[in-house]
Amino acid sequence: MTVMEQRGAYRPSPPPAWQPRTDPAPLLPDAEPYRVLGTEAAAKADPGLLRRLYAELVRGRRYNTQATALTKQGRLAVYPSSTGQEACEVAAALALKGQDWLFPSYRDTLAVVARGLDPVSALTLLRGDWHTGYDPREHRIAPLCTPLATQLPHAVGLAHAARLKGDDVVALAMVGDGGTSEGDFHEALNFAAVWQAPVVFLVQNNGFAISVPLAKQTAAPSLAHKAVGYGMPGRLVDGNDAVAMHEVLGEAVARAREGGGPTLVEAVTYRMEAHTNADDATRYRLDAEVAAWRDHDPILLLERELTERGLLDDDTRRRASEDAETMAADLRARMNEDPALDPMDLFTHVYAEQTSQLREQAAQLRAELEVASEEADVPEGETR
Amino acid sequence: MTTVAAKPVTKPATMAQALGRALRDSMAEDPSVHVLGEDVGALGGVFRVTDGLTKEFGEERCTDTPLAEAGILGTAVGMAMYGLRPVVEMQFDAFAYPAFEQLISHVARMRNRTRGAMPLPITVRVPYGGGIGGVEHHSDSSEAYYMATPGLHVVTPATVADAYGLLRASIASDDPVVFLEPKRLYWSKADWNPEAPQRVEPIGRAVVRRPGRSATLITYGPSVPVCLEAAEAARAEGWDLEVVDLRSLVPFDDETVAASVRRTGRAVVVHESGGFGGPGGEIAARVTERCFHHLEAPVLRVAGFDIPYPPPMLEKHHLPGVDRILDAVARLQWEAES
Repeated sequence: MTVMEQRGAYRPSPPPAWQPRTDPAPLLPDAEPYRVLGTEAAAKADPGLLRRLYAELVRGRRYNTQATALTKQGRLAVYPSSTGQEACEVAAALALKGQDWLFPSYRDTLAVVARGLDPVSALTLLRGDWHTGYDPREHRIAPLCTPLATQLPHAVGLAHAARLKGDDVVALAMVGDGGTSEGDFHEALNFAAVWQAPVVFLVQNNGFAISVPLAKQTAAPSLAHKAVGYGMPGRLVDGNDAVAMHEVLGEAVARAREGGGPTLVEAVTYRMEAHTNADDATRYRLDAEVAAWRDHDPILLLERELTERGLLDDDTRRRASEDAETMAADLRARMNEDPALDPMDLFTHVYAEQTSQLREQAAQLRAELEVASEEADVPEGETR
Repeated sequence: MTTVAAKPVTKPATMAQALGRALRDSMAEDPSVHVLGEDVGALGGVFRVTDGLTKEFGEERCTDTPLAEAGILGTAVGMAMYGLRPVVEMQFDAFAYPAFEQLISHVARMRNRTRGAMPLPITVRVPYGGGIGGVEHHSDSSEAYYMATPGLHVVTPATVADAYGLLRASIASDDPVVFLEPKRLYWSKADWNPEAPQRVEPIGRAVVRRPGRSATLITYGPSVPVCLEAAEAARAEGWDLEVVDLRSLVPFDDETVAASVRRTGRAVVVHESGGFGGPGGEIAARVTERCFHHLEAPVLRVAGFDIPYPPPMLEKHHLPGVDRILDAVARLQWEAES
């Protein structure tokens, strides 16, 4: 008899027969991305929804081309385009109710705009006049997140807090295929599943993390399969099929809302443009590959369905196009105005109460600005 | 006149108990305060600071999380976004490093990113420093990393009463606070009555722990008792040393520190953290900039060596002790005075 046994302090129970905590089978994603458009199921899609998705996608595409054009005119510092991924962006926004929260990455300004935020506010980060151009709490949109996957645990914490308070709030967090390699992706999914937090993780697998293809990112059967390891369902969807995206995200959000816990959705899509305007995609992929995806364009897929069902008359087409042009013209005009900048803002929001050190530094900058403005007032040719 | 035998109102309490009491009182006062971390529930934390919180407030208020520091702090960010006031426990200084990205890229700058719309009232408690015979990765002094990050407050108590008062203030702060707990002082005791009304100490104010006229020892956290001991020993040498306990590294109390050095004319900065790139360099520069014409000697630093933290059997050679502090005081050019 050991000392421990004598003392009766510790009596190990016999090891229980091992069994999985969760039956993995229902968590597994489909073998092929889920599709509606081009299948028999499409006939059941509501015409009103199809028209709405069409208008949103046309508008989204125009937003992407306009924002890209603004980089060429020097009005945006950089633009990571979501051209080709509009179905994912729009579906993410439409899946949420007003009280729900969206957690976008830097490529998701379209989702933010589709949620209803003023495009100029959505583009503040990329214009460079500040980091976040809106009050996240007012719009229930987290700041656009640049460090990859780091916003995912925020979504989990927020959803968890809302549930603790008994509020009806779902968080939808967006990340790319590259982001799934980050540790924060793993930790967020694990916390979400352990806490059964009302969160939906939307991975837009657009094929590339800047230049690195998915094959160098993961050896998993699919990104959606990763869900199983955390004990949550994974859904694999055609990310260019707006109707399928709308349906799958809607189901995942509803499941979270009903207390069913988190879902991981992998949307298979393609980044039609380079990583940003500063990138050169010809260095790492072939034109033929891009061309093949053009035949699987999200707007094209929707147009085919609408046309087949006689839902896309000239009037619908014209209205969608006019609406998109109006948005683009307004965006162009307002982005062509120089933003009002106050350098003293640099010191205003570091702390609730400015430290004495920052007060000194603010005074220094103010003095420098005064000297600069006095010098600017001296007429040319004169010396002081 | 009747005399009532007064019950003893104060009894010795440890710093760990005072910290636990501060958490408890904050949670009782404000239902938005949530504690989360590794082993903070049934175990009460590896240093027992959170002892009893889960029992009193339930698992939803004091939560054992999965073992992942970035996830703990990252979810705390989301909780704070939704209006809660999370207090995160990092188990040890060196185990806080996985949470660095969340701390630096989000916690520290969310207020600024959002033009003040969404400050994050998060307190990150980090046991730090050596002297407890800890094996590798259990004794780091990581304060310089935090100090170099704008948007964070960096606070560290040295007494039982300050442990309570500063932690209460940190939790109440609308800005994120890295609250560094000197782990070798966890079991230090002082007479303290937890039932009496407690002072909530303002963040950003240093205190003169011991007044003196000959020179100022500028220090914080685990080095404060060492400096007080050195000041006592220095009396034999005829030196009357003042000891300034910074309490808050950010914001830094230039006023109290400079006033002391102007009085004494000499200063030594003492900390466990390495000297190169450590807090002492910044402090020495600030003192020199403000007190140059009052200084009789260069500002000296007594710091840990610029080495990875030593194994426990060698740590005594690394930590600034009384002798090393007195050696530095001896080098403050006294002979030039007469």
